[in-house]
Amino acid sequence: MARRFASLLIKNGTLLITFAIFILEYFIGGQLYPAMKQPQVFFNLFINNGSLLLVSIGMTLVIISGGIDLSVGGLLALTSVASAALLKLGVSPAIVIPLMIVMGIAFGGAMGSIIHFLKVQPFIATLMGLFFARGLAYIISLRSVTITNSFYKYLALTPLHIPFLSKVYIYIPTLVAPIMLLAAFFLAKYTRFGRTVYAIGNNEQSALLMGLPVTRTKISVYVFSGLCSALAGIVFSISLLAGYGQFATGMELDAIAAAVIGGTLLTGGVGNIFGTLFGVLISGTIVSILQFNGTLSSWWTRMSVGVLTLIFIGIQSFFYSRERRSQ
Amino acid sequence: MNKTSLLDRIRGNRLTLPLAALVLILVFDAFYAPSFFKIRIQDGHLYGNLIDVLNNGAPLALVALGMTLVIATGGVDLSVGAVIAISAAMGAVLINPALGNELISNAILTRDATNTPLPIILLATLAAGSLCGFWNGFLVSRARIQPIVATLILMVAGRGIAQLITNGQIMTIYYTPYFWFGNGYILGLPVSIYIVAAVFLLAWVLVRKTSIGMFIESVGINAKASFYSGISEKNVKLLAYTFCGFCAAVAGLILSSYVHSADGNNNGLNYELDAILAVVMGGTLMTGGRFSLLASVIGAMVIWTFALTVYTLGVPANALLAAKAVLVMIVILLYSDVAKRLTGRLFRRKGA
Repeated sequence: MARRFASLLIKNGTLLITFAIFILEYFIGGQLYPAMKQPQVFFNLFINNGSLLLVSIGMTLVIISGGIDLSVGGLLALTSVASAALLKLGVSPAIVIPLMIVMGIAFGGAMGSIIHFLKVQPFIATLMGLFFARGLAYIISLRSVTITNSFYKYLALTPLHIPFLSKVYIYIPTLVAPIMLLAAFFLAKYTRFGRTVYAIGNNEQSALLMGLPVTRTKISVYVFSGLCSALAGIVFSISLLAGYGQFATGMELDAIAAAVIGGTLLTGGVGNIFGTLFGVLISGTIVSILQFNGTLSSWWTRMSVGVLTLIFIGIQSFFYSRERRSQ
Repeated sequence: MNKTSLLDRIRGNRLTLPLAALVLILVFDAFYAPSFFKIRIQDGHLYGNLIDVLNNGAPLALVALGMTLVIATGGVDLSVGAVIAISAAMGAVLINPALGNELISNAILTRDATNTPLPIILLATLAAGSLCGFWNGFLVSRARIQPIVATLILMVAGRGIAQLITNGQIMTIYYTPYFWFGNGYILGLPVSIYIVAAVFLLAWVLVRKTSIGMFIESVGINAKASFYSGISEKNVKLLAYTFCGFCAAVAGLILSSYVHSADGNNNGLNYELDAILAVVMGGTLMTGGRFSLLASVIGAMVIWTFALTVYTLGVPANALLAAKAVLVMIVILLYSDVAKRLTGRLFRRKGA
């Protein structure tokens, strides 16, 4: 019993540490700035980090499969600019939103195919994807395009009140990320697809020899990431009511960091979607502490996220070597 | 083996593809933008698009040199752009005449003076870049983090560090001797060309006249096997990344001197893509192994010839990013196994 408990602890060690760090960080923030104790601040984490969470969910699955997707930020920017430009031309949101989702899926599918069939390393192919998407975004518009569509405005500005809590609200687009989170959790944990993703990440060769559909799964993982990035782009453009090619610069690292902090192993095969949620919440809390402070500059966020990632890579290698020894 | 035909030798040479690309672009220019070849002499200096290619391409060629060694060890350095920004910021801060106890005024800020002697500025800038490279190398070789992630950390955090150094401001440089690196001329040619030549010579002697080059190649081909044959694979990687940081620092020096300012957000933006493109175009495989320094430099020149041609033709600059991404993809595909099998089959059929 004790041994089973110990192995459970080791298996979920990074997840527990992540959770503990989030609680500790939030607690410290609450002690420093009493205003942070209000429930609205917690829900603001979801409002402000919806698109990062979406992108990170896709990234987590890609990393579990042993790949990496550096194009997420670019695709997000491209989606925001393309949808803003289309809306400006008077196209109905009922057409624009599905079109953007299809574009994200196609983009992800193209990258997955290049990686799988042409044997290009994932980071090269997706780095090209990043620059290609940003380049396209700049071709569409060099400047920020504002969105004046009434439906988008309705989505952006209508608060949804949380039951049982007075004066606490979220917005409609905020719901997208948690829904995708549950969907991804279900996909990864309870479907054949999810198990195949883990198997490929552990060893692609043996997954292939076991007769698992490697080709289909590998490409679908990038398709899923493309879908997540497109959704993130839509959420982002709704929350800012604009589209711009420079949106989300460096979001790749934030997403990778969230996945790593959440316990996903960068070598693939190990990972947890819910860990990613806490990874996002941790970096979101850093941002809100900096905002509450008000005097620290924004680049501290980037640096602290970088340092946190580094620390977690260290913790991971510690736990991973433990697990190997215990086997 | 001695009887390999000329065609095969040309096909096998790694300088062929970048040179062919360069010639192709120049031939295209000869027809569509003849003004591209005009070189005029003014005040004893040479001016013209071709000189611009050499001058503007110098920082990229430098970064490509460092990147070649890193890629040859089987890694990649995504942080070169950020290292450029850091070294540029370092230079600008050390020059900044307002750092003393004096009351900061516009007259002091725009004074043609420096706070630190120029040699110390140079040393500090180069040391900062080399330190960044050393850090990357440490993470990759000692902490065993994958190169992409290890350097991605500095790619993002590095721009933050650069802004921290300059206190979040875009610093304009007014110190005239500093401009020499990016705008000066020796014997009618830009100084930057000589700097590239010097660093190239240094790298060439390092890798071709000592055994380090062979060590790098063997680590890139099989790190474990080189470790078992007694090569300190860790130190080889450390050296490659440190050299890459050094090269990026020199590039940052030239770039900040060229534009007279240091901007943490925009110095060396997208240089990582261009450098990878230059190296890949030079025939160095992304998986590591054999490399050619000269081919990478020519690759850098191809990129800038391409860029300036696109500008001369009046294509908007923002379209260039997407075009470059497509270009990299094509080049990588040309070198991929699939393409090799195809061309191999093509040539064999002709020979038979």
